[in-house]
Amino acid sequence: MKPRTIIEKIWDNHLIRREEGKPDLIYIDLHLVHEVTSPQAFEGLRMNHRKVRRPDRTFATVDHNVPTSTNRETKDPISKVQITTLEKNCKAFGIELADIYRPSQGIVHVIGPQLGLTQPGKTIVCGDSHTSTHGAFGAIAFGIGTSEVEHVLATQTLWQKRPKTMQIKVNGKLGAGVAAKDLILAIIAKYGVSVGTGYIVEYTGEAIHELSMEERMTVCNMSIEAGARAGLISPDKTTIDYVKGRRFAPKGEAFEKAAQEWLALATDEGAAYDRTIEIDANEIEPQVTWGTNPSMGASINDTVPDPDAFDSEEKRESVRKALDYMDLKPGTPIRDIPIDVVFIGSCTNSRLSDLRKAADVVRGRHVRDGVRALVVPGSQQIKKKAEEAGLDKVFTDAGFEWRQSGCSMCLAMNDDVVPAGKRCASTSNRNFEGRQGAGSRTHLVSPAMAAAAAINGRFIDVREMAPVH
Amino acid sequence: MEPFRTFEGLVCPLDRTDVDTDQIIPKQFLKRVERKGFGECLFYNWRYDENGREKPGFVLNQPRYTGASILVAGDNFGCGSSREHAPWALQDYGFRVIIAPSFADIFYNNCQKNGILAIRLNEDKVEALIKAATEKELALTVDLEKQTITGDGFHETFEVDPYQKEMLIKGLDEIAVTLTYEDEILAYEKKHEIAR
Repeated sequence: MKPRTIIEKIWDNHLIRREEGKPDLIYIDLHLVHEVTSPQAFEGLRMNHRKVRRPDRTFATVDHNVPTSTNRETKDPISKVQITTLEKNCKAFGIELADIYRPSQGIVHVIGPQLGLTQPGKTIVCGDSHTSTHGAFGAIAFGIGTSEVEHVLATQTLWQKRPKTMQIKVNGKLGAGVAAKDLILAIIAKYGVSVGTGYIVEYTGEAIHELSMEERMTVCNMSIEAGARAGLISPDKTTIDYVKGRRFAPKGEAFEKAAQEWLALATDEGAAYDRTIEIDANEIEPQVTWGTNPSMGASINDTVPDPDAFDSEEKRESVRKALDYMDLKPGTPIRDIPIDVVFIGSCTNSRLSDLRKAADVVRGRHVRDGVRALVVPGSQQIKKKAEEAGLDKVFTDAGFEWRQSGCSMCLAMNDDVVPAGKRCASTSNRNFEGRQGAGSRTHLVSPAMAAAAAINGRFIDVREMAPVH
Repeated sequence: MEPFRTFEGLVCPLDRTDVDTDQIIPKQFLKRVERKGFGECLFYNWRYDENGREKPGFVLNQPRYTGASILVAGDNFGCGSSREHAPWALQDYGFRVIIAPSFADIFYNNCQKNGILAIRLNEDKVEALIKAATEKELALTVDLEKQTITGDGFHETFEVDPYQKEMLIKGLDEIAVTLTYEDEILAYEKKHEIAR
């Protein structure tokens, strides 16, 4: 048999119908639902007297607009309607919901893996572009719009054009103090925000296989920021060990059998990709974005670029607009950029290992005067585990706010907003204009770099900050 | 879904690349539970200042583009968030056709599901359209059946996926189409021991 990539194997396993001149009809194993992109889909079902075909393959939570304050009930009447609408819909259609009072609540892309819902070989969708996160397990996972949410609810399938395959090969090893976030930001800075359009990406290479599951999730999470709807990593022992024992994972013998099947999904030796691009891990330094899309980034020891140095008028104009919005001057050292707000959280970087890395920088130090710094754990379970490890105390002693779980300041749909004109060092995934609040300015960084910026009041190479004992 | 055959409209140029869905509709407007009424929020942060006053420099605020229904924009239009509120807002505002050198995948699909025709045209041609629509009033006719864009000296043909073309022309309910394959879905579930 012709060697195949993991992408082709999973796709073929889910093929229900293929017809010339049409997209493939594929089966969807897992559908994750949240409050913002689902109400119109449920309404569509009602209008057409349709049911949810597989409530047992659907799981819901509230994350996008929930408050992260101790009082978890939103005071915003419009958000309240959206949250109660999801509660009603889940009840009416028989879908399990991790609401704000449950220990399983959290960001949808954090709790899927945590509950063991996310498994290798699955097709996973959610009305959220960062569904690519779940690809870390060797699953085809991608974001969909609300019409497609309705389609999956009604049929458990989607019509999808067979994607092209792309390999992003990461050679060598990441240096000490360089994070998975730096790796994915460096890939996007090198290849741009649309290199992955039309492709599913597989990340390969030594540096990828050395990553922990949580680091792999960070990398796959931002596939969409390179234009790829889905990005994945072939399963290996790291993957199997992570899934084992989780609530929805197979148990006992069934698990052993599944694990063998999962490992067999890995890309075959000699399989061909439609395109391969490469990057050297050992050359990557801690990254900071300076612009208004995730490809506009630089290493901590670089300077803000000069628009005139770009090779097309289109790029020059877009860099000019970005620098104008960001209020930055060409040639400014990245280290000289002062910051007002620090956000550690989001589906990219809110897991226990992320919080640990930030805490290691913060321990024994204090947030710079005038900086507001907050930590928003990705889920209630992470929050609990972090508290058991004393991380909450490390952060609060240093002057950070320690908050409840949710999407929070990544997209500022709740009260966690960066004020207009203020600059935020953020561990989230998008630095678009106004993303964290109208007029806000976002610099994307890793958790350790965000923590270092909180202490220093401006960006600093975290590798220069020795731990305080 | 309203069927799409031929469409005639005024062109509005948006000379920017990588327009993300956060710009098309900022997050503060995603809290509604309906599909309608998003047009007033379209490009909100570009259209209005912090006091809610129109910014005169932005194209949609220029009287000459009032009533425009064909948007022409730069590369990678609709990138970022999967929010279908973006095409809902464009449609509610009055746009029925969007022309750009390329679109982000999720946005492109979302357009099709809502009867908006997203047309990929090569960069030189898009540039020419943007230039023409900036210099004078430009009206175009888009014929989906023939896959042509004509008007005011322009005559372009465009590619469209045959399936998407059929869905748009017939204005089909995709779920109803899929449910005609119910037996095949069931057979798949049985074969893969996906127990109910």
